[in-house]
Amino acid sequence: MATKVEVLDFIRLFADKMTEHRQELTDLDQAIGDGDHGINMSRGMKAVIEKLPTFEEKGTDEILKSVGMTLVSTVGGASGPLYGTAFMKAGMVVKGKDELSEQDIINMFQEAIVGIQSRGKAVKGEKTMLDSIMPALDQIKASIEAGDSIEDAIVKGEQAAWDGVEFTKTIIATKGRASYLGERSIGHQDPGATSMAYLFQAAKEIAKK
Amino acid sequence: MVGIVIVSHSQKIAEGAVDLASQMAPDAKLVAAGGMEDGGIGTDINKIMAAIESVYSKDGVVILVDLGSAVMSSEMAIEMLPENENIKIIDAPIIESSIFGAVESAIGASMERMLEVFEEVKAYKKF
Repeated sequence: MATKVEVLDFIRLFADKMTEHRQELTDLDQAIGDGDHGINMSRGMKAVIEKLPTFEEKGTDEILKSVGMTLVSTVGGASGPLYGTAFMKAGMVVKGKDELSEQDIINMFQEAIVGIQSRGKAVKGEKTMLDSIMPALDQIKASIEAGDSIEDAIVKGEQAAWDGVEFTKTIIATKGRASYLGERSIGHQDPGATSMAYLFQAAKEIAKK
Repeated sequence: MVGIVIVSHSQKIAEGAVDLASQMAPDAKLVAAGGMEDGGIGTDINKIMAAIESVYSKDGVVILVDLGSAVMSSEMAIEMLPENENIKIIDAPIIESSIFGAVESAIGASMERMLEVFEEVKAYKKF
């Protein structure tokens, strides 16, 4: 289970991580993209933190929607519409709920994935953020089914997200700026998959508290 | 008249395309939505929404995009507008489409004709 306070803590922690890893994400993006992923994500999450006092009293669904809207209008790169849609879609499935069950958490990630797929017209295996969020959710679902607590499931989910990041090194990018590099994109880790893995890292650290 | 919005990651490219096309068709309803709010490289949904609204009519609006997030940001801008019928994102070269599109819209072409023009632009040979 997760509370609204935990959701807010998670948002703050993800923002910290985007600031902390800004250079790393930018370096990854410079290798295969336009080199702005770290800058864009940290700018977007910084804007979220600045606006947080205006919506933190609202329900979890409204908070997630506002995070998404802020990202959409401040990130500037493709990660804005993608992360923005993910947060907005996640918010829509927890309408009116301030305490989130295991199933709610799974549904949020599931809807986020659906949102990212339809916005980016992408599928798994194209060297994108889907390559970390999808295995992470699969792992979380499998862990819950096997009887793990949501906390343990998220811990394992984060590991699956990083395994997904490693996997992106082995495949060709067919979406986004990196697709112009074709085979030269092999060997490089996808920046979007990496920032998504940091999202799960933030979720794990909140879950373990 | 069909409105034209130019969405580039670069404010200068979007404004430059407007300058170039306006020289050919000063009466066209053509507006730039390039770069971020601070002028930096990127695409900005709020800028795109404002640009669409500034040229919107029931004749429709075409959005010319460079690449990547220009497409996604334009899609989201359309979804978020209260009046969003007959707005099309065009998959064709941005500069050529600005010029041919502006000329065509200024002489009162319908949305249908505009879409044909962009198909022609896509196949257009420079030499």
